[in-house]
Amino acid sequence: MLRIPCLYCGVRDEVEFRYGNDAHVSRPSPAVSDAEWSDYLFNHTNPKGVHFERWCHVFGCGQWFNVARDTVTHEILAVYPMGNPAPDLEE
Amino acid sequence: MKGYSVFSLVRNAFSGHRHWNPVWRTPKLRKSYDIVIIGAGGHGLATAYYLASKHGIRNIAVLDKGLIGGGNTGRNTQVTRSNYFWPQSAAFFDHSLKLYENLSRDLNFNVMLSQRGVLTLAHSHHELESLRQRANAIQINGVDSEVMTPAEIKKLVPLLNMSARHPVLGGFIQRRAGISRHDAVAWAYARAADAYGVDIIQQCEVEGFDINDGRIAGLQTTQGKISADKVSIAVAGHTSIMTAKAGFRVPVTSMALQAMVSEPIKPCLDTMVASSAIHMYASQSDRGEIVLGAGADVYTSYAQRGGIPLLEENVSALLELLPAFSRLKLNRQWAGIVDITPDTTPIMGKTPVKNLYISGGWGTGGYKAIPAGGDTMAYTIANDNAHPLIEDFGLERFEIGALIDEGSSSGVAH
Repeated sequence: MLRIPCLYCGVRDEVEFRYGNDAHVSRPSPAVSDAEWSDYLFNHTNPKGVHFERWCHVFGCGQWFNVARDTVTHEILAVYPMGNPAPDLEE
Repeated sequence: MKGYSVFSLVRNAFSGHRHWNPVWRTPKLRKSYDIVIIGAGGHGLATAYYLASKHGIRNIAVLDKGLIGGGNTGRNTQVTRSNYFWPQSAAFFDHSLKLYENLSRDLNFNVMLSQRGVLTLAHSHHELESLRQRANAIQINGVDSEVMTPAEIKKLVPLLNMSARHPVLGGFIQRRAGISRHDAVAWAYARAADAYGVDIIQQCEVEGFDINDGRIAGLQTTQGKISADKVSIAVAGHTSIMTAKAGFRVPVTSMALQAMVSEPIKPCLDTMVASSAIHMYASQSDRGEIVLGAGADVYTSYAQRGGIPLLEENVSALLELLPAFSRLKLNRQWAGIVDITPDTTPIMGKTPVKNLYISGGWGTGGYKAIPAGGDTMAYTIANDNAHPLIEDFGLERFEIGALIDEGSSSGVAH
């Protein structure tokens, strides 16, 4: 079971949240090629290891925020607001 | 390959089972192969077998970082069915079911296929309507499918609680669908491929690809470099990791798909029962265990274990529908990493790298596709041209927008 620290409500069980996959994806201009558009639309980073991802506290405050999580151990390494750059986890 | 028969069984029984031959060789990795297949699960082994048996190519290696059938082939719930909505899916999966029907004879290895039917339940009038539509579409696709009334369902599965919180208002069944023994399928293909001279190399992980001028030249592995004319990827939940090494992306999200079994009990459930509304499916294995298939934990994961919330949800769904199982203990619970595509249809065929092929994105339904996946990939690799049954399953469909939105692959209503 994931225990996710919502930025606004504190630590809650995973059943209160909805997963939003990759964080830090920006929509390209509509003028890009079909290949680039399809890459934006369908491809995810899907890493084995640290993943920067979005979660929404749907059964709570309803807010979206970003999480850095290890996809193998499920350890949550950082939680930060939407719009912030990915944290440097080396420190 | 020494054939198995009742006579060999009797002969070996009388000599105390001391003289059985190893089922396959343990060859050393050679420097060069015509074709290298990455992944010795059902799909990889079946591809090697059909390349050797149907296309006469025998200089093949199947590499696996672990053991034969040690990944999702040994972690699924053994269901084989072809009740799919879209014509392309139905044609492909019915081809697979037909191959399954003769697999024990073709491979001289009992895969214990039991065509006991898969019954899908409806719990609301809306669901019943969409289920009728699905049953009709499946019939039009040439696959057997019949709608059943609550009385017929109760007669078929007497243990069902028809007046559960979500009452059973009807259902549809594919009678040719069933279960088989998943390990046997991997072993049968491994043994048959090995008999044709295919080298199955276990505990050999692929670390990178040698690509010259956009064309595959070879592989770097933990057991050294090898050259290969053609390479095919069949690595279940690690497809995107493998394609990243080859320099391209695939639209998959890797998730942990859960399943569990109870302690063994006497035969009491002789049909597989599925419900999409409350998300559970259950069957009874030959050993008597109740096999409970669940959903995937809906976040990216490479941890081969399932989360507790989903387990609880699935067990409560099972007990609401089949309350007689409430005193059973769960023996094991596990998860396999599955690659889910945006349209839940697999990704098969050629890739942006010349002579590199892919069979992935199997999501929650790869086991039932093993024979057809192997057969069509073998054709595709041998001819460098997609087999007619998988023409629409290529990676390019995401760019041209020709998705095959196959909700049936996870049993979800359309």
